[in-house]
Amino acid sequence: MKPALTLKVVLASLLSAPLLWLAWRVQLDINQPGTGLGPDAGETLVHYLGEWSLVMVLIAFTISPMRRWTGFSGWLRSRRMVGLFAFAYVVLHIASYLVFYLNLSWQALFEDFVERAYITAGMLAFFCLLLMTLTSTRGWQRRLRARWYQLHQLIYLAIGSALVHLWWLTRDGYLEVALYSLWFVLLCVERWAGSARFIWRTGARQPPG
Amino acid sequence: MSRYEPASIPSSEITPESLFLNRRAFMRNSAALAAGASLVSPASAGLQPDDDVTPEQIATSYNNFYEFGTDKGDPARYAHELTTEPWRVTVSGEAGKTGEFDFDDIIKGMTVEERIYRFRCVEAWSMVVPWMGIPLKNILQQFEPNGNARFVEFKTLLRPSEMRGQRSFFSGIEWPYVEGLRLDEAYHPLTIMVTGMYGKTLPNQNGAPWRLMVPWKYGFKSIKSIVSIRFTERQPRNTWNMLAPNEYGFYANVNPAVSHPRWSQASERRLPSTLFDPNTRPTLPFNGYADEVAGLYAGMDLAKYY
Ligand code: HEM
Repeated sequence: MKPALTLKVVLASLLSAPLLWLAWRVQLDINQPGTGLGPDAGETLVHYLGEWSLVMVLIAFTISPMRRWTGFSGWLRSRRMVGLFAFAYVVLHIASYLVFYLNLSWQALFEDFVERAYITAGMLAFFCLLLMTLTSTRGWQRRLRARWYQLHQLIYLAIGSALVHLWWLTRDGYLEVALYSLWFVLLCVERWAGSARFIWRTGARQPPG
Repeated sequence: MSRYEPASIPSSEITPESLFLNRRAFMRNSAALAAGASLVSPASAGLQPDDDVTPEQIATSYNNFYEFGTDKGDPARYAHELTTEPWRVTVSGEAGKTGEFDFDDIIKGMTVEERIYRFRCVEAWSMVVPWMGIPLKNILQQFEPNGNARFVEFKTLLRPSEMRGQRSFFSGIEWPYVEGLRLDEAYHPLTIMVTGMYGKTLPNQNGAPWRLMVPWKYGFKSIKSIVSIRFTERQPRNTWNMLAPNEYGFYANVNPAVSHPRWSQASERRLPSTLFDPNTRPTLPFNGYADEVAGLYAGMDLAKYY
């Protein structure tokens, strides 16, 4: 197998592991309620999937630095897949919220949207990721050209607002959100430092990414 | 103000035998039994037919007790590190009898009653728990609060060596945890000091050796593992209010009409809440105890005093 493909297969298995683990727990819970998902199944789902959504998005954001650090361009062949994984976790996260927290009430959704800032922040992140997912195909890449790069700068806004979402919903115990934020900040620094060096060396602008 | 009429429940619903489960429970609850257990109580006040008692295993393993960590499972995991004997309680402020007391001395001779209450967390989940407790009024009055006492403040134990949550660098809480009540709320017959649940001694993760229970308020008011009682003239501070004043008030009465910046309070998930039976139901004003307690707040704007 070509190295790029091997990497893709490895990543795909790793990224689906949390989902398989969840499927196992759901199955336990269906057989015997309370065993797989605890006494508050909805909350367990929302939190578990929310947590992994953020990790997946951060992993997607880590792909291009991996290429720079390893010098292996095959990483980029996996980037779209990682992004799609992230989006899938986000969709499941939001679906669990709609079903278990809101009882599928659209009125409650509207109230949450206007009254709860952390939900608004989550939705902003979601819409960024939605736009990126819809335009992630080769066709759209070709159609949008340079605009595509600009559009996919939305990743900063997506991760930024997902982190704000998490900061605002954390009540205490800020270790987790601090670590995720650090991960994001370090990657931003790496990118800006990288492009600053590039501009300094060549006087040109590197396509972001 | 309407007078509160305790509804009596048949003594068959109460199982004093189970109080004998261990020596300490026996010691701490023996007074009730010796007295022939005058167990007439508002035990099931406001309980609805579909208020099934939450399984004990859930009520003792799914807890918010940040002194042991922020995960719901942390208290059950780590609270065994806490020693609750001996347990000293400091009484201070506007009262005739102040000083340091031994917990066992305070509750000696007091009647322990079983009360089955709905318990509503601000996080929008709820339980139904059979508590064993003593009306708070009986406890407070032995300290002879004076005419200046209008509020009572409680503090949780501060002991980082046994409470790992208090050691956490990533906590924004200013320990110890502190809560308070207006004195008329504290004297209300529904308000109890809990020393046991499910007919057993109170487990550490639920706030041993004693914790407050104010069933018409969000759970965070019902402070656990209390070591200080202070009578005050002015409204005391309370921990969550200090942390996020726009989210948590002093009163914290369960109120579906006052929404919270984090959770809609219109409905709740009654635990166990499972995949195919989320058990979601509308939240009731004052957690269903409006008939008993609404009078305490007559004329107050509850949206302002949330
Ligand atoms: C429409 C968009 C979204 C909505 C309505 C939403 C809603 C929620 C809700 C209700 C919670 C639980 C809050 C609580 O129980 O206290 C939550 C937690 C969380 N969400 Fe979202 N979310 C959205 C988008 C996102 C996105 C895009 C991400 C990440 C990329 C994300 C990551 C998280 C994380 C990390 C948590 C915390 C989980 C934990 O406590 O362990 N959410 N979200």
